[in-house]
Amino acid sequence: MSTLVLLALTGLGLGALYFLIASGLSLIFGLMDVLNFAHGALVTAGAYTAWRLTGRLPFVLAVAAAIAVGAVLAAVVETVLIRPLYERPKDQILVTVGLGLALPALVQGIWGADARQVRAPKQLTGTVGLLGARVPTDRFVLVAAAVVVLVALKLFLARTRYGLIVRAGVEDRAMVTALGIDVRRAFTLVFAVGGALAGLAGALGGVYFGSVSPNQGTSLLVFGFVVVVIGGLGRIDGVALAAAAVGLVQQFTNYYAASGLGDLAAVAILAGVLLVRGNGEGLQRLIRRTA
Amino acid sequence: MILELDDVRVALGGSQILQGVSFTVAPTGVTALLGRNGVGKTTTVKAILGLVPRTGTIRFDGAGVHRLRTHEIVRRGIGYAPEDRGVFAKLTVAENLALAERRGSRHAYDLVYELFPELKTRGAQAAGTLSGGQQQMVAIGRTLLNDNRLVVVDEPTKGLAPKVVTEVAEVLERAAERVPLLLVEQNLALVKRLAGDGVVLAAGRVVHRGPVPDLLADAELTRELLGVGKAR
Repeated sequence: MSTLVLLALTGLGLGALYFLIASGLSLIFGLMDVLNFAHGALVTAGAYTAWRLTGRLPFVLAVAAAIAVGAVLAAVVETVLIRPLYERPKDQILVTVGLGLALPALVQGIWGADARQVRAPKQLTGTVGLLGARVPTDRFVLVAAAVVVLVALKLFLARTRYGLIVRAGVEDRAMVTALGIDVRRAFTLVFAVGGALAGLAGALGGVYFGSVSPNQGTSLLVFGFVVVVIGGLGRIDGVALAAAAVGLVQQFTNYYAASGLGDLAAVAILAGVLLVRGNGEGLQRLIRRTA
Repeated sequence: MILELDDVRVALGGSQILQGVSFTVAPTGVTALLGRNGVGKTTTVKAILGLVPRTGTIRFDGAGVHRLRTHEIVRRGIGYAPEDRGVFAKLTVAENLALAERRGSRHAYDLVYELFPELKTRGAQAAGTLSGGQQQMVAIGRTLLNDNRLVVVDEPTKGLAPKVVTEVAEVLERAAERVPLLLVEQNLALVKRLAGDGVVLAAGRVVHRGPVPDLLADAELTRELLGVGKAR
């Protein structure tokens, strides 16, 4: 029983990390049709920001700085690199892929290729007893952060004018502009929100894995895309459920089958969902974007 | 004139859709944009709103708008109800209307709900579950919500039942008392009822301009330009 509890909480913690990454990706692609392959680099930027500042600042402030770095970087990327290329999707993909490679390379150039240990604060390094299992505290923190983000995103989408613009823009961006709305502002905002969540994922991911490395964000991004396709573009609830499912299946497969098979299991879920559901509207858009 | 187009050209996918369209829209009443299917009526409307890349000059209320982006053109005071109605299916009726609210404009919900009482009672309903006629009400209601100085309505009766067409005609008639309309329409009976001036397109060019009653009274001309008999 204690093993099941530990695996479940660890899987949910990993799922929470995927959710933080995938929710931003999902909103960005849903509204803007931008496949942001640089999203993983933003996770890395957040991870290294938190790593550098942990110990010098209270951990909460280090995380806040990671969120801010993610948001600012994302807003700059959208404004400077993505915006001029809205009519050139293939160039846009190349730019985000290039940035997704360049930023981790820059990080590697500065701090080296080796993983750097994260010295998390005492409050996060302990364990909590639950149903006979000793569950690391950071799993609860990750899950709580994901729940807070889920609720905040749902409130943002349901209760604010920008949320309304985002939901409408996911359906028909041209019509939103034809109502007199400058949808580009919403683009920048959504990109910044996605970047902030990537920064948060980087900071908390460092605690979860116990270290940061230059390509950590890129590795996580792959599962972020898997979660987005399973959960649905622009569907926050779907993304949350998909993230939890992928995290749990990975953990249980790694433990009960063989270590490393969890990644394969995540891809198997993706294939299963696609076979059952068919190519949904979102996936078709994604295929058109990359074809 | 509230709207002036001069030598507007649009090329899409390698085809020249508009080949130098020039016409004006009167500051009162309804101006009809007519023509057979595929002559460029909807493209003309999209060119006015900046929804397609175009060249040429477009002046709205005396000021050039052809270099502005769509939202900037609309904010000058143009309401737009597109051919496919442009209703956001997953948003509620109330949210569809709220999205159209523009800053710096009064929001004439009283007028919209007076013209379309159903929009008030169905405020919480997802717009995608409305009938075609009800969706058209949302589309037209959005154009009347703000202080627009021109409303562009593209094929408002397309696919609607005859009873609903009559209702839409009544609404457009009342709307035209407040704001000039540029109406794209294939239903000549409706055009005859509403429009004062008419502009006829053929193969991306203006081939006729003049009072609608004169055009529709000439059966030969109507058949030649619009491919149909005289409006009943």
